[in-house]
Amino acid sequence: MKMTKLAAFAATAMTMASPVLADLVFPSLSYRTGPYAAGGIPFADGYADYFTMVNARDGGIGGVPIKMIECETGYNTEKGVECYESTKGEGALVYQPLSTGITYQLIPKVTADGIPLHTMGYGRTSAANGKVFSNVFNYPANYWNGASNAVNHILDLNGGDINGKTIALVYHNSAYGKEPIRTLEELSKKHGFKLSLLAVDHPGQEQKSQWLQIRREKPDYVVMYGWGVMNQVAVQEAANIRFPMENFIGIWWSGGEHDVLPAGDAANGYKALTFHGVGKDYPVFADVQKYVVEPGNAAGAGDQIGTAVYNRGFYAAMLAVEAAKTAQEIHGVKDITPAMMRDGMEALVIDEAKMTALGMPNFGPSFSVSCENHGGPGLGGVAQWDAGAKEWKLISDFAPSDMEVIGDLIVEDSMAFAAENNIEERCK
Amino acid sequence: MIYREAGDFKTSYAKDQQTFPIAFDRWGYFITLAFAFLVVPFIINDYWINAVVLPFLIYAIAAIGLNILTGYCGQVSLGSGGFMAVGAYAAYKLMTGFPDLNIVFVIFLSGGITALVGMLFGLPSLRIKGFYLAVATLAAQFFLVWLFNKVPWFYNYSASGQISAPERSIFGYAVTGANALPAVSYLFCLCFVVILAWAARNLTRGANGRKWMAIRDMDIAAEIIGVNPLKTKLTAFGVSSFYIGIAGAMLFAVYLGAAEVGEAFGISKSFLILFMVIIGGLGSIFGSFAGAAFMVLMPVLLKNVMVGQLGWPTDLAAHFEFVIVGGLIVLFLIVEPHGLAQLWRLAKEKLRLWPFPH
Repeated sequence: MKMTKLAAFAATAMTMASPVLADLVFPSLSYRTGPYAAGGIPFADGYADYFTMVNARDGGIGGVPIKMIECETGYNTEKGVECYESTKGEGALVYQPLSTGITYQLIPKVTADGIPLHTMGYGRTSAANGKVFSNVFNYPANYWNGASNAVNHILDLNGGDINGKTIALVYHNSAYGKEPIRTLEELSKKHGFKLSLLAVDHPGQEQKSQWLQIRREKPDYVVMYGWGVMNQVAVQEAANIRFPMENFIGIWWSGGEHDVLPAGDAANGYKALTFHGVGKDYPVFADVQKYVVEPGNAAGAGDQIGTAVYNRGFYAAMLAVEAAKTAQEIHGVKDITPAMMRDGMEALVIDEAKMTALGMPNFGPSFSVSCENHGGPGLGGVAQWDAGAKEWKLISDFAPSDMEVIGDLIVEDSMAFAAENNIEERCK
Repeated sequence: MIYREAGDFKTSYAKDQQTFPIAFDRWGYFITLAFAFLVVPFIINDYWINAVVLPFLIYAIAAIGLNILTGYCGQVSLGSGGFMAVGAYAAYKLMTGFPDLNIVFVIFLSGGITALVGMLFGLPSLRIKGFYLAVATLAAQFFLVWLFNKVPWFYNYSASGQISAPERSIFGYAVTGANALPAVSYLFCLCFVVILAWAARNLTRGANGRKWMAIRDMDIAAEIIGVNPLKTKLTAFGVSSFYIGIAGAMLFAVYLGAAEVGEAFGISKSFLILFMVIIGGLGSIFGSFAGAAFMVLMPVLLKNVMVGQLGWPTDLAAHFEFVIVGGLIVLFLIVEPHGLAQLWRLAKEKLRLWPFPH
């Protein structure tokens, strides 16, 4: 006991020694290790590279440099708590944990600490209701939008009628994978398709039985909510049972290059949703090359630039920087606090002119955030994998999801949360 | 010189039988307790509470629980993660089902429910031993995780299957939920740890503990001298699961705040607690604390040194953390197979003679 106490004090002394700097602090709770690193690395690289670029090109946000603190979570909730606690004291402006499990833990904590949490395309979907969740944002799209986008795409393929068709949902057996089930159930009532649920346990390397079941039941379409190593295994298994790839649609987290490359040509035609642009054909990537890659400051190995999940991290950082700019304008202060950052996120407006000015024309949907709506418009597009060219191609526009169904579910779930935790509605 | 028993005379059996017969030990124990209760709450910050001290205290309870079963009664269990999940889900159901129930009772009741479940899964231990029992408890681990994932009643039909702890307080101070002051949750956990460790220590040196140890050392001989194996093994499973259930309930309610069974209470948790017990020392209460401290503190310490001080990339540091912790485990087990508790015992033996060994 005494030895450990000594060690504890040694470590206390070390953590307390780090001085607080007047920078804009953006912590990056990343995971570059473990079974989910395949998706964690490109996201973290994109997130870091955007900040590096803004620092080198513009000297920070409104002249105040950005300091990014990276903390490895390994997609593990306990390490996530540790990372949150170790970085929040440094003046962290916004958290983006890239993990639904960690998000659920942080929601009450950030609300108590007054720090905003941005869970772009993941996390607790009902946090879109800003009346209940004051500090949580999930614009521009969430899991339920994704489920609806996938169903809408299937509707388009079938001329609007999918009555009697079967859709199988292959999902990661965790909070993340279970999120879309309610929405899909509602949609199946509405459109008359049959829903079959196939859970895959963490980490997702064992999927033989699920795909045997798919081979036996022959569903018309398979929708997948997978992450990490689970994705590539699923694509490979689908190829093994010769499931038609164009009928296999992954959520945006199942749409990385690393997910389809291992299956080679067999993955050709696999579809994945996306809520932002794919590829490197944007003027901003010239800046990345000039200010980040050439000085040798690219994050990680620097080999992820332009991949789908890298672009998502890049996009997340862009939205964070724009929100910080908005906050600086609202409050007229350069050195913003987390509370000001929250106001900036709530007043964020992203339009085409802004994105063009940033060198990212048509990179994502135009949207605005309000006090009531923290979820954005929920637009999503479909990208298809071209195994020959080894690249994703957008095959649809960013189209709306079924907000009629989703809106009701969001109100229902967020109200249940409000009742459980005695939260009063805001925005009156 | 300072640490010695000479001149420390006992005049009654009670004094002779006390937990810390040497005055120096006794004073050390009281000073540690006083420090933990009176000084630590005032000097500790959020980071230390939430990243290090809370998990240490909670895992110490779990390690004591497993130590009772494995260290004292000799029944190997790989189901600790599953039993912690029982505690956590019991706490969640009790907290949401009976909002007025005090959190202290919630945690004790969760322990009680886990004890019943543990005894149920302990029944096979009457017929099977050793590795075979380990496999049976492994089945409990997988079954329980599957159950909490599969049956929506356990997570109140929430869309995601996540359970989150609502705010509960004692004497007006929030203990669970995000508004809990770190010092309050610390004191809350510390009270549980002290009471449970004290109870475990006294259980293990009483009649029950002797029966457990008799079964551990040779079950046939124990049966011949009149130890009832059914009762003994089941009490060991019950008491052990009670502790582990309390640890699970506190891990969920006080420390994590939200949990998801596969991730928070998976097989890796069972191994983590087993490592704590083995590294700390089988059959030792102090060993449970030492093992929990080692497994909780070491990664945080290494991370702070490698990332915070040396500025290494986080992924490199994370990989090195595995290498170093793994290496240290192997080293400790080679140097001292009986764990940190035995190292401590040896150090004390040496200290008694120091500075004049002969």
